[in-house]
Amino acid sequence: MYLEATLTPPVKETMRTSGADAVLRSFIAEDVDLIFGYPGGAIMPVYDALYHYQEQVRHVLTRHEQGAIHAAQGYARVTGKVGVVLATSGPGATNLITGIADAMIDSTPLVCITGQVGSHLLGTDAFQEIDIISISMPATKWNYQVTKAEQLPEALSRAFYIARSGRPGPVLIDITKDAQFEMFDFAYRKCKQIRSYTPVPTLNLNRVGEAADLINSAKKPLVVFGQGVILGNAEKEFRQLIEKANLPAATTLLGLSALPSDHPLHVGMLGMHGNYAPNVLTNECDVLIAIGMRFDDRVTGDLSRFAKQAKVIHFDIDPSEINKNVQADVAVLGDCKESLRALIPLVYERSHQNWLQEFEVLKGVEQCKVIEQDLKPTSGSISMGEVIHQVNLQTDGNAVLVTDVGQHQMVASRYTQFKQSKSNITSGGLGTMGFCLPAALGAKLGAPEREVIAVIGDGGFQMTIQELGAIFQTKAAVKIIILNNSFLGMVRQWQQLFFDKRYSSTEMENPDFVAIAKGYGIEGESISEREDLPAAVSEMLQHKGSFLLEVHVGKGDNVFPMVPTGASVSEIRLE
Amino acid sequence: MEQAYTLSIFSENSVGLLNRITSILTRRHLNIDSINSSESESSGIYRFTIVVKTTEAQVKKLVLQLEKQVEVMKAVYHTDSDTVFQEIALYKISTRSISEGNLVEKLIRDNNARILSVESDFMIIEKTGHKEETQELLDFLSPYGVLEFVRSGRVSVTKPMGELEGI
Ligand SMILES: Cc1ncc(C[n+]2csc(CCOP(=O)(O)OP(=O)(O)O)c2C)c(N)n1
Ligand SMILES: [Mg+2]
Repeated sequence: MYLEATLTPPVKETMRTSGADAVLRSFIAEDVDLIFGYPGGAIMPVYDALYHYQEQVRHVLTRHEQGAIHAAQGYARVTGKVGVVLATSGPGATNLITGIADAMIDSTPLVCITGQVGSHLLGTDAFQEIDIISISMPATKWNYQVTKAEQLPEALSRAFYIARSGRPGPVLIDITKDAQFEMFDFAYRKCKQIRSYTPVPTLNLNRVGEAADLINSAKKPLVVFGQGVILGNAEKEFRQLIEKANLPAATTLLGLSALPSDHPLHVGMLGMHGNYAPNVLTNECDVLIAIGMRFDDRVTGDLSRFAKQAKVIHFDIDPSEINKNVQADVAVLGDCKESLRALIPLVYERSHQNWLQEFEVLKGVEQCKVIEQDLKPTSGSISMGEVIHQVNLQTDGNAVLVTDVGQHQMVASRYTQFKQSKSNITSGGLGTMGFCLPAALGAKLGAPEREVIAVIGDGGFQMTIQELGAIFQTKAAVKIIILNNSFLGMVRQWQQLFFDKRYSSTEMENPDFVAIAKGYGIEGESISEREDLPAAVSEMLQHKGSFLLEVHVGKGDNVFPMVPTGASVSEIRLE
Repeated sequence: MEQAYTLSIFSENSVGLLNRITSILTRRHLNIDSINSSESESSGIYRFTIVVKTTEAQVKKLVLQLEKQVEVMKAVYHTDSDTVFQEIALYKISTRSISEGNLVEKLIRDNNARILSVESDFMIIEKTGHKEETQELLDFLSPYGVLEFVRSGRVSVTKPMGELEGI
């Protein structure tokens, strides 16, 4: 194989097996016990092998390949392990693409296995042939086509290693049908290192020292953290750092849950619909300390007016993120657990009392202008915020929140109280509607002991509604809340604010969601009155199996605060 | 300010890598001026030489994104003054149109070109040099009728010592 790698000694003695059998044996060698997928002609030998390994590897049949890959993403995000997906060639493979792109931009470790037509048919436009290697190339961390069974163990051991190491991401292995049938001598050797690939840059202690100096000299430091803290298992170190120097810390959408929401130094969420204080004070801090985040445009607003007054320190594992959007004065490359460990002893204890007070003041403004009405309205239709508030009260912040994309996502992300890490699963970078329902299934199967709550819009729900079938069949007790505003709400909001209220194709006539759930054997209830909310949430949570709660919320409600596109973060609007 | 940069990319010999590399460039709307790939001084390690016109800020990001690819060992960029580079050009011209006087001899001497092949009806001239030089010869020959012209991608080696160590 062309990728020069260091491998461990074989896990077991060599043995004669088929390529398909080798795929399953490789999974077992990588401690995979749960996979998601959908069969078809070109992957049938692997499905046949799966039949013999049912005891060791559980396969969840979703109702669409997109469902399978989002489920694997939900599983990977909640467990920190690699999600595994199987699909057939052609349409099976192309149906994975949205999930692959989503996993790439949100750094989720996945190994996708696709069947391919026989190698003698490659390039002939054979039945269900598509060049999935080329199609998936820009959206995968690595991909590879296997045409001979003997290449399989090497390809798979590299695939798992690449998917999970460094900045994680999706890998695709395409296996021709003849390679699945072919017999060969199988021996699995785990991959430890690849010559051309440096997953974790070496930490430069001089840079850590420079970072510490800047932090120690700062009068108004602000930490902005992202999913890197979670992916790097650095929650503890992160907390030690901010507590030692009393650094206010603001999260990105994907950083949510890395730090408990009620931590006194947690100053809220950044970005377009984030909190008022961190957005405004981003443009007032003197040192901005970015940890495991990538300055997405939804976080920065207008880049030319983003934190221009501040010195920027950027901790990241991916060198290509440094200076990509925001110029760093000090860049600390490396695994953030290691970098933070080196940094903590060098930073001084500080109180930053006055500076922290500034966050409190602005938080008070947001509380009174936005949050109070969102969480505790007294008239009109139910608000999205009060549903989330009710869930917080009844789950005590211990649930895993899975969200789709739109207004409900922003509201749920703003108001959900998180207590433990890996509790927030959403499609951030790609903003994939339809992500939530299957991701919630994967999350529940990955963390069966935890309450998993899917918060979905009426639009996004109908993009992958078929996965109610997979939830039914697996009996996964996913709690589903549909925040039904009869609109593609987020688009409607933009039409109202920026397109002169021309509501072009955003209103929906919706089906009876509870009846649909019942058709799938899932209990449900629909409410539209405020006084019914606490009991309905309680019933949903008490219910043993999966449950769908539809809440009719205000049709014309908007999400605020908001940084309009093109505006600077400090121009965030409260109304 | 935009200018020509030569990217040198050292990689494993992978089937799909060219695709990955070009998509990183095309995604940013960068036109590839020229591209060449061959085995490098280390056996099994391939070297792509790609010329793009862009800004230094952009090319800095490009090399990091290229280096991020699993199969890429190293990617560096240089300006023309930091590399020694050549392109090769072949010209096919009609023998009759150019055989008057000592034109051929003059042209070969002046241009440091050479004749690769002479047939009864055409001859093939080769010239190695920078693009402007091969272009100059093309312009000179054009009035006589150029039947075919082809110019290779740039190959280049870098001047700074030591920066490619460890590949
Ligand atoms: C696959 C996909 N298509 C289109 C969009 C654009 N989009 C973003 S939010 C949104 C509206 C979502 O509506 P709904 O699911 O009802 O959620 P709401 O905003 O009403 O809470 C749309 C269409 C998207 N993000 N993903
Ligand atoms: Mg909606």
